[in-house]
Amino acid sequence: MRTREPVIFELSRPGRTAAAQQPAPAEAVIPGHLRRRQPPMLPEVSELQAVRHFTRLSQMNFSIDTHFYPLGSCTMKYNPKACNAYAMLPEFLGRHPLAPDSTGQGFLECMFELQDMLKAVTGMKAVSLTPMAGAQGEFAGVAMIRAYHRARGDLSRDEIIVPEAAHGTNPATATMCGMKVREIPCRDDGDVDIEALRTVVGPQTAGIMLTNPSTLGVFERRIMDIKRIVDNAGGLLYYDGANLNAILGKVRPGDMGFDVIHMNLHKTFSTPHGGGGPGSGAVGVAERLRPFLPVPVVGREEGRYRWLDERDLPQTIGRLSGFMGNAGVLLRAYVYMRVLGWEGMRRVAEYSALNANYLMSRLRAAGFDAAYPDRRASHEFILTLKRQARERGVTAMDFAKRLLDYGYHAPTTYFPLLVPECLLIEPTETEAKEELDGFVAAMAAIKEEAETDAAKVKGAPYTTPVRRLDDVRAAKQLDLTWKSAAA
Amino acid sequence: MSNLPGDLRYTKSHEWVRALPDGSVEIGITDHAQNALGDLVFVEVPESGRQVAAGDPFAVVESVKAASDVYSPVSGEVLAGNDALATQPELVNQEPYGQGWIARIRPSSAASIESLLDAAQYQEHLVSEA
Repeated sequence: MRTREPVIFELSRPGRTAAAQQPAPAEAVIPGHLRRRQPPMLPEVSELQAVRHFTRLSQMNFSIDTHFYPLGSCTMKYNPKACNAYAMLPEFLGRHPLAPDSTGQGFLECMFELQDMLKAVTGMKAVSLTPMAGAQGEFAGVAMIRAYHRARGDLSRDEIIVPEAAHGTNPATATMCGMKVREIPCRDDGDVDIEALRTVVGPQTAGIMLTNPSTLGVFERRIMDIKRIVDNAGGLLYYDGANLNAILGKVRPGDMGFDVIHMNLHKTFSTPHGGGGPGSGAVGVAERLRPFLPVPVVGREEGRYRWLDERDLPQTIGRLSGFMGNAGVLLRAYVYMRVLGWEGMRRVAEYSALNANYLMSRLRAAGFDAAYPDRRASHEFILTLKRQARERGVTAMDFAKRLLDYGYHAPTTYFPLLVPECLLIEPTETEAKEELDGFVAAMAAIKEEAETDAAKVKGAPYTTPVRRLDDVRAAKQLDLTWKSAAA
Repeated sequence: MSNLPGDLRYTKSHEWVRALPDGSVEIGITDHAQNALGDLVFVEVPESGRQVAAGDPFAVVESVKAASDVYSPVSGEVLAGNDALATQPELVNQEPYGQGWIARIRPSSAASIESLLDAAQYQEHLVSEA
């Protein structure tokens, strides 16, 4: 493998060009005084140079199309090409977001049906597709909880309860919405500490944010007790949909008594989410939160579809984006769900749980410690390498780096924070048994290396374009701009 | 094992407290805590004048692994945050009980630090967590 690909500007030579880079002359439409005098500082390369440059960069990458990618809590499942192909139909691509509803009935129908399918699979009463990412979905959810209490004149509720195992985004969301965060501990078996919950609920409780299955990779068994305690205190229940994959078509958050849920369509419903987006954090709500949904929402009247806006939902928390969310992402999720159907969704949950439990048992048999050995894994599980770190000085990070040499993207490292030296592993339902066996073999080989030649593991990776990076320096001294040597 | 000075008080959430001669206290995170977090890249210290209650998050430490709240072991008024940490967060790693202090607080009750853990009790807590 090439060890370094130059920045494309380094390949640039004055005057070199590709026909495909030449924009059509714009003189006719842009008045002279608005035209730029200097050409933009774009790289000047031939078409072949551009193709090779980006192809080589893609080959240096780990991606779901090239590698097993068990990044826990991220649900890095395969994104079927058919979903992409349908979402790229020219009729969808060419549709302007401000075009009148009458010219986009097909698109609106897809979105209406997507809302309905998400309602059916979560057990919620209404859905808005507009949040552009998981974090925005969370924001919308807590903003609705806040709006609900305010609309009732219940102004003293300013606390959100968050179990310590929560995603870091949960306390961040609560804080963004002007709430105070009350953290409660988890028990050694991974369930929420119910007694601690009882002591923190009260007339100041706005709600609780919960992930079920939790980030510890286990199903919260006392969810109905949690519901009753929070409900009795007048609080609402927020479901973080990060781990929805595990229960798809099996159990519904609406039936567990949740008032609001955000779903990461880019995880559970298989839209691409490498490189940070674009995502989709659609929200679903119980009846009492329906008036506060973010707009627009697709409605149907007399067989016609239209966007419902502030006039239809005067108590809405408002808009989260200029238009209606990430249309292309929503379409991919829609096609994915239509292709799967109800039975397919159940199989997603079954195989994601089966793959996770198979991988966990095989890794335990290979001598690794599960963080919650007495619990069945949901769709993901946690190993703790505390013993390897103590006995051999080889950390979870060393294992993660060495896995790259074996051709596997590393699992999530050092999350959740509760578990020391942890790897959070989520194989997803789309991996074959042979792939899982290969991963076990790699982990076992690295464990063997850690016992016989720890320095080898600590020096990894060896086969990647760059070796171990100084992540402290990278965080402290960001250097993100290219400057020419001449400048 | 962790370095635990005998003249300090500790909390289960891994802060230490030093009683200063003028009745105020200096607060930081323990050697164990800095070691668990790894190299710090960012520290947010409280502003002077702020009132804090015991158990309130009043500072943030961020490493390449994790961001964590630091909880005030006592109630009182913040006299100063350690501004040097803005440019040198690594001081917390290098000298957790010295140059890496996070804030100084005037406790609202002089007795409040008596109820905190001593070095032996904190050591026991570390063992129970391990």
